[in-house]
Amino acid sequence: MNDQTIIAVVAMAGAGLTMGLGAIGAAIGESRIGAAAMDALARQPDEASSITRTLFVSLAMVESTAIFCLVVALILLFANPFTGAAGG
Amino acid sequence: MHLRIFGDPVLFHIGTVPVTETMVTSTVVTLLLIATAVLLAYLATLRPQHWLSLVAFMIVESFDNLVTEIIGRRHTIVSTLAGSLFLFIASCNIAGQLPGVHPATGSLATTSALAVVVFLSVPIAGIRSNGVWGYIKHYFRPNPLLMPLHVISELSRTLALAVRLFGNIMSGHLVVGLLVALAGFLVPTPIMALDLLIGLLQAYIFAILSTVYIGAAISAGEE
Repeated sequence: MNDQTIIAVVAMAGAGLTMGLGAIGAAIGESRIGAAAMDALARQPDEASSITRTLFVSLAMVESTAIFCLVVALILLFANPFTGAAGG
Repeated sequence: MHLRIFGDPVLFHIGTVPVTETMVTSTVVTLLLIATAVLLAYLATLRPQHWLSLVAFMIVESFDNLVTEIIGRRHTIVSTLAGSLFLFIASCNIAGQLPGVHPATGSLATTSALAVVVFLSVPIAGIRSNGVWGYIKHYFRPNPLLMPLHVISELSRTLALAVRLFGNIMSGHLVVGLLVALAGFLVPTPIMALDLLIGLLQAYIFAILSTVYIGAAISAGEE
């Protein structure tokens, strides 16, 4: 096993761990946002448009952490500066 | 199989300036949008009863209402900016569904440019409505010690705007490409439908967030 193989193996394992662990927090946060929005919609159906707008915006903001993890994982896999495959 | 994530193939050169695929795509989208806007404006002044002019009025009115709900009063400049951002990003995302076209927003350069536009509009809007001193003062509230945190939050939210849009669009495109390579024809269709939804949603979120940031700068001196 030469250095390049070790780097590739570690990068793949790191990308998997990044994505898997990074998705946990975003998933929990999004589920809580969804539950809270359902609750608010059931209590105040008149405010549906405002609640939906805030819901989507907060979903996107929470989801962006998972997207950052995805970008880091893709950098590890396809644009890793140590494997010589930089530039994707 | 060729995966393209961060690269951007150079199509041709004008003099010494390389012209990449993203530049061509975004220019074509911009020209189409401008042509549609000019046509609709022409139609709206000449024949206001035509259904296309009604559609144009509805689009403008919906952006105005959105900005009014967020900022608290009508603000034509901000709604123009938010509407332009939404229409450009949404058109780029939808253009990515055409065969052979890479979405322009799937390149980090485009999304960074859009985020920098929002980053620069925030102090301009704040200074226009509060004056230079009134705007700078809000950095030192509630405590001058928090000034670095204000600066860091402005920088990091700009980065988040750029990377969020880029990551969503690029990953959606990548998943479709992977599915086409692995499974073939018609299998990625549901994912492409999801991509349409995500593209419109991300454009909406970009417009809303930039309106929220600018609205916060406009009302910075009012507490």
